[in-house]
Amino acid sequence: MPPKSSKSGATQASSRPRPSGAAASSSSTSSPLSTLYNSYVDNTPKRLKLIDAFLVFLMLSGVIQFAYCALITNFPFNSFIAGFASTVGQFVLAASLRIQANPENGTTFPKVTPERAFGDFLFGSVVLHFFVFNFLG
Amino acid sequence: MSVGSSNKAATAVHGSSRSAYRLPTLSSEANKNVLSLLRLIIIFLIAGAAISSRLFAVVRHESIIHEFDPWFNFRATKVLTTDGFYRFWNWFDATAWYPLGRAAGGTAYPGLMVTSGAIYNLFHSLNIPVDIRNICVLLAPAFSGLTAWATYMFTAAMKDDAAGLLAAAFIGIAPGYISRSVAGSYDNEAIAIFLLMMTFYLWIKALKDGSALWGVATALFYFYMVAAWGGYVFITNMIPLHVLVLLLMGRFSSRLYVSYSSFYALGTLASMQVPFVGFQPVRTSEHMAALGVFGLLQLVAFVDLVRSHVPGKQFRLLLVGFVIVVATLAFGALVALTYAGYVAPWTGRFYSLWDTAYAKKHIPIIASVSEHQPPAWPAFFFDLEMLIFLFPVGVFLLFKELRDEHVFVIIYAVMASYFAGVMVRLMLTLTPVVCVSAAIAMSTLLQTYLDPKEPTPLDAATEPDSDSNDEPVAKATRSAKKAVATAAASVSAAVEGSDVDASRPASPQFGASSYVSSKFGVFGLDSRFFVTIYSLLLLLVFVLHCTFVTSTAYSSPSVVLASRNADGSQHIIDDFREAYYWLRQNTPSDAKVMSWWDYGYQISGMADRPTLVDNNTWNNTHIATVGKAMCSPEEKSYPILQKHDVDYVLIIFGGLLGFSGDDINKYLWMIRIAQGVWPDEVREADFFTPQGQYKIDDGATKTMRESLMYKMSYYRFNDLFGGRPGMDRVRQSPGPTKSPELDYLDEAFTSENWIVRIYQVKKPDALGRDLPSAKGFDAGKRRKRAFALPASASASAGTEQKTRRKNK
Repeated sequence: MPPKSSKSGATQASSRPRPSGAAASSSSTSSPLSTLYNSYVDNTPKRLKLIDAFLVFLMLSGVIQFAYCALITNFPFNSFIAGFASTVGQFVLAASLRIQANPENGTTFPKVTPERAFGDFLFGSVVLHFFVFNFLG
Repeated sequence: MSVGSSNKAATAVHGSSRSAYRLPTLSSEANKNVLSLLRLIIIFLIAGAAISSRLFAVVRHESIIHEFDPWFNFRATKVLTTDGFYRFWNWFDATAWYPLGRAAGGTAYPGLMVTSGAIYNLFHSLNIPVDIRNICVLLAPAFSGLTAWATYMFTAAMKDDAAGLLAAAFIGIAPGYISRSVAGSYDNEAIAIFLLMMTFYLWIKALKDGSALWGVATALFYFYMVAAWGGYVFITNMIPLHVLVLLLMGRFSSRLYVSYSSFYALGTLASMQVPFVGFQPVRTSEHMAALGVFGLLQLVAFVDLVRSHVPGKQFRLLLVGFVIVVATLAFGALVALTYAGYVAPWTGRFYSLWDTAYAKKHIPIIASVSEHQPPAWPAFFFDLEMLIFLFPVGVFLLFKELRDEHVFVIIYAVMASYFAGVMVRLMLTLTPVVCVSAAIAMSTLLQTYLDPKEPTPLDAATEPDSDSNDEPVAKATRSAKKAVATAAASVSAAVEGSDVDASRPASPQFGASSYVSSKFGVFGLDSRFFVTIYSLLLLLVFVLHCTFVTSTAYSSPSVVLASRNADGSQHIIDDFREAYYWLRQNTPSDAKVMSWWDYGYQISGMADRPTLVDNNTWNNTHIATVGKAMCSPEEKSYPILQKHDVDYVLIIFGGLLGFSGDDINKYLWMIRIAQGVWPDEVREADFFTPQGQYKIDDGATKTMRESLMYKMSYYRFNDLFGGRPGMDRVRQSPGPTKSPELDYLDEAFTSENWIVRIYQVKKPDALGRDLPSAKGFDAGKRRKRAFALPASASASAGTEQKTRRKNK
């Protein structure tokens, strides 16, 4: 579906980090899933795939931290919060970058060019990590 | 008056455009320059008006801190400026809550102190050596200027610059905001309203642009707000509510995702840096709405994007169902966690906003504060004058356009109205949205009537088909227009009103730029003239009202009481400071002073002595202990006083002067709070006569007459009246015929007008006798002696009385 695929590329991105949701809701319909996967691989620019890889990494990191907290201990609770919030915050900022930098979303963001989006991402990350380091304790 | 009719009217372009009067023609460049110059001048003038209207108290009296709470802020700021930031951060205040102490650095919102500390350091680095007290006194007026600017930005984002300037002018002088920000009122609200408006403005900007940068800026100002005021919870719930409503309206967009996600992720982590807030954002119910909406937004963003390119209606339905199921599950999990105790339920202070009878039943200390009562109608008119009836008009106008940011103002208006209706104090959060909304209404009115564009007169052919679906509106429009056109000279206000209403749907876009002639509009110069003059008159009366209210009602320092003599000259009653300075200069520096919690901050601020309880009511049992000591008989309260090392007891007595806020009037709350902890020992009913009256004369109950507070209040009261029962001018009733005797306390100081009375707690008798018998023995022995031992004035007075009685 070439005409729709441009949008689907963006869709794909945020669908990547949450495969469980898609899998849960579409266990019976496997053909849309493969369509999704194929159109993602075909139609996503390399840069966005890079961001997606980063997003997946962040999600794995968050899952591991949360599992550690839930299964073993949450003792230095501020350290857990700081670490977990850093992954969540970084994930959200990277996802925002991906949405803004996606050329298909140009009409939604009249004032934000991809370069500006990257600047926003850097600024947000620096502020985020300042607070994370302050909270690690 | 639907959107459809307005669209029709807007699209119906007629060829000829006529104008009622001619505007001066300027090049667009010059026009722009003139406008920006005017804007700058107006903003500066508004800031000047906002600052100068807050200076009544400083000009009339002196530059001091006013109420109770600001005294703690002031003391903390002094710690910050003299000892440095790190000492302030870890400041343990051993003089407050005497046996316990208070970790003040971790139990206060440090934003206010840090702000004035920064200003102090800035001035001193510029070699402008300003006293920290003056910075504290004048901080609120300075920030009110900034509030006006932030409100201008916020409203300009809602409508246009004209509405923004009006809103800035409104909030600059609106009494609802002035009441909490006069010079000398060094409270958290002084900077909080600026931060509130700034956070909201940045949020709207982030949402409009969909920019992570502005989302982060929102989070930073949110962080500042969290550091400054406990009312940050309002923001924490307003913004998620806005997002949720936008989601439910089907207005999800990537901009919403970017702005809210970046705001929440950073803002929450940032807010946890404030020690007083700590882990609350992940542990308490007040913050769960923000977390829930954050999760929901991730879910919706994901599903929305998947849905847009997946074929098959079934599959899309499945995705929607998936969102609903997950959201429900998450909500259920939250409820379960709350019940299991992992998430703290609502605190009493917030819960009492929903269940308005809760505080009175369960937490008397919340209900005892006068600011926590619901206001009456006149309070709204008094604080907001004409803004209060322009307010709904503005909300209605926003409803008609209903952009994403307008939804925010509408929700804000609804929520703030409810909260202000429940609690007087929250009038403060209502005032900004009233100003914004009223400014939108007023500027729409003025723009409609100042717009030189003339409508094309209706001809009979176009009339019938104009708006068949909404007949009454069209009819009203026509009749109003005819009235204006034919008999313009005799236009009444009522016709004007209907004309305003009728012309509204026709022109959603005003201003000289849209020179599209329409069927709707205003004819002639006279009607424009009439309405404009009338509106300007309203605005003028508003200014007069605001100045009057500020001058008479809100500019009195509660530390000094001002009254007028018969010839109109001012008489200042300065008993509080007289007594506090007596304490400061005539008692050892570690003398513990017990008083009701209202005066705790002032005693530690002005008298510089340790107190047992203060206005930070964090330990209810401790306050109840003081209440019990006040309402028990002497022999029962003396052990309490001894156990807490109390040296002095301070009470406020207004019976001589008619100062109604005294301790006898607050006495019932002391009893109630003490009864909440010791229901067996203190009973409220014991203090009422069998007829249920709260009496202080000879008809008072035995419990009342024997209680410590009663004895301290009326001790030697009759001496002022030559031994006859004194007249209590607050209760409008005679006092007791026989002045009470005190066995365990000595009168140490009574101020000039008897407002503040300080009693010293006697030391235990050296021979081990109980104090009443020791006193009796002293009195008897002294009678036999040839010469009297030197004793304090009050003790000898008591002795003489005893002596006289024994002689009879």
